[in-house]
Amino acid sequence: MSQRKRLSASQNKAPSRSQAAVESDDEDDVTFTQLTSTQVQRARESFTPVQIDRKVAEVVQFVLIKDQRKVPIRRADIAKHVIKEYKAMYQDIMKRVCRTFEQVFGLKLVEIDSKSHVYILTNKLESLPEEPVSMVPTSPKYGLLFTILSVIFMKGGVVKEALVWNFMKKLRVDPGERHDLFGDVKKLVTDEFVRQKYLEIARIPHTDPVEFEFRWGVRAEKEVSKKKLLEIVGELFDQDPHSWTQQYREAAAAEASQR
Amino acid sequence: MTRPMVDSHRRFLQTMMSNGIIDGSQAEALHKHCCEAAGVNYSQDRLDEFIEVINIHLQPMFMHIRKGMSEDDGLQYYALVNLAETDVTRMSSDYADNELELFRKIMDLVAESENGTASSTDILNCGDALLSKKLKKKETEQVLNKFVQNKWLTEKHGEYSLSTRCIMEMEQYMRTLYQDLIKNCHVCDIIAFQCQMCENPDCGIRMHLPCVARYFRGRSDPHCPACNEFWPHEIPEIHRPLASQSQPSSAKENTAPRSTPSTSQTRRSSRRL
Repeated sequence: MSQRKRLSASQNKAPSRSQAAVESDDEDDVTFTQLTSTQVQRARESFTPVQIDRKVAEVVQFVLIKDQRKVPIRRADIAKHVIKEYKAMYQDIMKRVCRTFEQVFGLKLVEIDSKSHVYILTNKLESLPEEPVSMVPTSPKYGLLFTILSVIFMKGGVVKEALVWNFMKKLRVDPGERHDLFGDVKKLVTDEFVRQKYLEIARIPHTDPVEFEFRWGVRAEKEVSKKKLLEIVGELFDQDPHSWTQQYREAAAAEASQR
Repeated sequence: MTRPMVDSHRRFLQTMMSNGIIDGSQAEALHKHCCEAAGVNYSQDRLDEFIEVINIHLQPMFMHIRKGMSEDDGLQYYALVNLAETDVTRMSSDYADNELELFRKIMDLVAESENGTASSTDILNCGDALLSKKLKKKETEQVLNKFVQNKWLTEKHGEYSLSTRCIMEMEQYMRTLYQDLIKNCHVCDIIAFQCQMCENPDCGIRMHLPCVARYFRGRSDPHCPACNEFWPHEIPEIHRPLASQSQPSSAKENTAPRSTPSTSQTRRSSRRL
């Protein structure tokens, strides 16, 4: 009972019951939202600035490693693998981690799921044409992803799974066959890109046989410039980006909200 | 008084993170590009100063952009190195235990060799004697390919050597581990693996191949610069730096596929499509 009271008193929402049941790691999450301000105060006094600096560096490295594989980072994992006994200092440490990412790396740690506290790193710097050394060591995979995102965007934000597969077949990428560069194409698109939050896949209700549809994932929304995408599509079709009125409006709106 | 970082520094750092290592001329072009993109003053001769600003801010994160030399072409390179743990554990998230053990064995072979290389035959035999979990010949070959692809090793005619990036990252670790086995080049005073050695047992100095080429250029009768004994090795051809080392600029937005190996933990993979 007392536990529940403290939970509701704190700023952070505890994970919902169903999630806590599925992911046992979230138990860690619950414990550090229960800390009282006196506990935090005591912790601040018991760790030296050097110890805290070290922890900040460890969290930064941990996040960079996770981000390499584009795996979203869970707060519970940061707490369990890095923060450990510094749990009371979590908020202080994370504030400094965020500041370091912005000031030193030009990156932003964004919470994409406020319920289960999941983060991704996004870039604050714009990618520019004609870089002498690529800032993005592109794997061919991301060329494919960009194509899929373009199709979804040009089709108004959501497309049926079958449409994506048909489109890819036209590009001679058959989702049913093993591809030289992409391996198992179907798995790459429906599993890896979805896990990395570039794509979202959902079942279309009341369909028999079952059908699925694709949308942009949170990471794509944060990282991919719709305006640039439209410019590239415009170049491909030799058409003025303005001529796609709806897409142009959406791209401009997205651009404005990112500023 | 530390100079604050601005977007030009951040862009440079991000590019270092995604590439791991770039050569000197790439670094110069990148410096120019980053300054222009951020609309700040650019002066050609200030690259090292520019990098120093980044390094000051990276220091608390135990990271550093280090300048080094390639043992293959004698050119200068810049690599982003991790100082947090100077152990091969740095590679650990990408490799299994027995793969790491194999890498340590390869480092042993290289450190104990005279010319800084390990033959594929010797390495294949190591795979059979691993304590953690033995590797079959075929598996060892695959792991070796992975090491090369991820720029930890370089391969030439079945001989493996440590890559520039590997040496820059592991130098301190290997000095501690191998101590007297590690020697610096007599000419440039940088750690030397792929090298020639003076055969006078009282001397035994080492010189990088590009340093040998430069030092003995135009001399028909080469002698050791330390003990003056005859230099019995074949003098390699001098490497001519290419006019332009930079890669061809990619198509707009990098939609064109390009394969670049990437591993180092602190490196970032695709960002902003």
